[in-house]
Amino acid sequence: MATTPDGQNVYAEAVATGLWREIPVFRMLLGTCPTLAVTAAIKPALTMGLCVIFVLVCSNIMVSLMRKGLRPHVRILLFTLTIATFVTIADLFLRAYQPVMSEALGPYVPLIIVNCVIIWRAEARASNSGVLLSIVDGLAMGVGFTIALCVLATIREVLGTGCLFEIPVLPKAFPAWAAMGMPVGAFLTFGLVLGFINYVSRKRS
Amino acid sequence: MDLLYVLLTGFISVVLINNLVFTKFLGICPYIGVSGRIDMAFGMGLAVTFVMTLSGTLTWMIDHWLLMPLNLEVARYVAFIMVIAAAVQLVEMYLKKFFPPLYESFGIFLPLITTNCAILGLCLFLVVWGTSTLIEAVVLSFGGGIGFTIAICIMAGIRENMQMVDVPESLRGAPITLITAGLLALAFMGFAGII
Repeated sequence: MATTPDGQNVYAEAVATGLWREIPVFRMLLGTCPTLAVTAAIKPALTMGLCVIFVLVCSNIMVSLMRKGLRPHVRILLFTLTIATFVTIADLFLRAYQPVMSEALGPYVPLIIVNCVIIWRAEARASNSGVLLSIVDGLAMGVGFTIALCVLATIREVLGTGCLFEIPVLPKAFPAWAAMGMPVGAFLTFGLVLGFINYVSRKRS
Repeated sequence: MDLLYVLLTGFISVVLINNLVFTKFLGICPYIGVSGRIDMAFGMGLAVTFVMTLSGTLTWMIDHWLLMPLNLEVARYVAFIMVIAAAVQLVEMYLKKFFPPLYESFGIFLPLITTNCAILGLCLFLVVWGTSTLIEAVVLSFGGGIGFTIAICIMAGIRENMQMVDVPESLRGAPITLITAGLLALAFMGFAGII
């Protein structure tokens, strides 16, 4: 089995990188637009996460398959076109089977095309690794991204409406913080969570 | 007069009330990345305004005159991203050849703009808002760029002053920028009543 220079299994390394070491939203600050826009409640966040996983895995497979024929100057263009195709598929699928969610997410589904996470993985992993490793990498990064979205969405939905998955979880006496559902809440929650993560990693090192 | 009224309210709305950064969360990456110094921020804002006006207009034309008559809405996203990439490339080559000083001052920003979600986002929002005339599309995309410039310049001004402030170590950099952006978003909500 292939190993990294420091003797670690490449697949384990890819999973660890995606889920913690370089978790896209919190560590690399990539894909911030959807992170802020769709995290007002956990349902859209989860839908968004699943769409990103689908697009990321598919585009990683495609890029990995055509990595031998890539030329530097058309590389980014090809990546973008591949991603745009899969995003169109995801968008049509969502519109057909989850019309309410599709309505709620609106243009943020097509905006996955310019989500830097996907092009970053195409560039950093898929364009120089085999198909299997690219799939594992896409899954790990996608799940890492989804986890980050869900963390923010949970905080915002619980504090903003007192519910989780639209089921009440907090006592009725709790005054819902309407601001958490607004843009203000998005920026503040993301900023504070980032600060908290920095604090924890500084304590540990 | 009627058209002028529509255009003016549309412009004010997209600059202040539906500001791309504060209400639509578009263009957050450059917003955090390039808002360290006010001259850089202004350069980025100008480059974005320029490309946004151009690509907003072009994608509107392609959408209404090519894709819609042919029932090719399926290809909308692919077409849009192609147009934006091509527009950025053209602008870059044109500036390099004819306006070298301007090209120098835009520098690294131009290629970065292709993947700036504000550009594609605005083109998609033009579809969502049901923009029906060309002039409206031009004004709204220009307004979107101006809104972005205003937002990034305000943030750069605040961040220049923030260098003299003792921010808790864990919050330095991106976290405090996001928190500041949150407070600015709160302030911009105050504009909601002006139209």
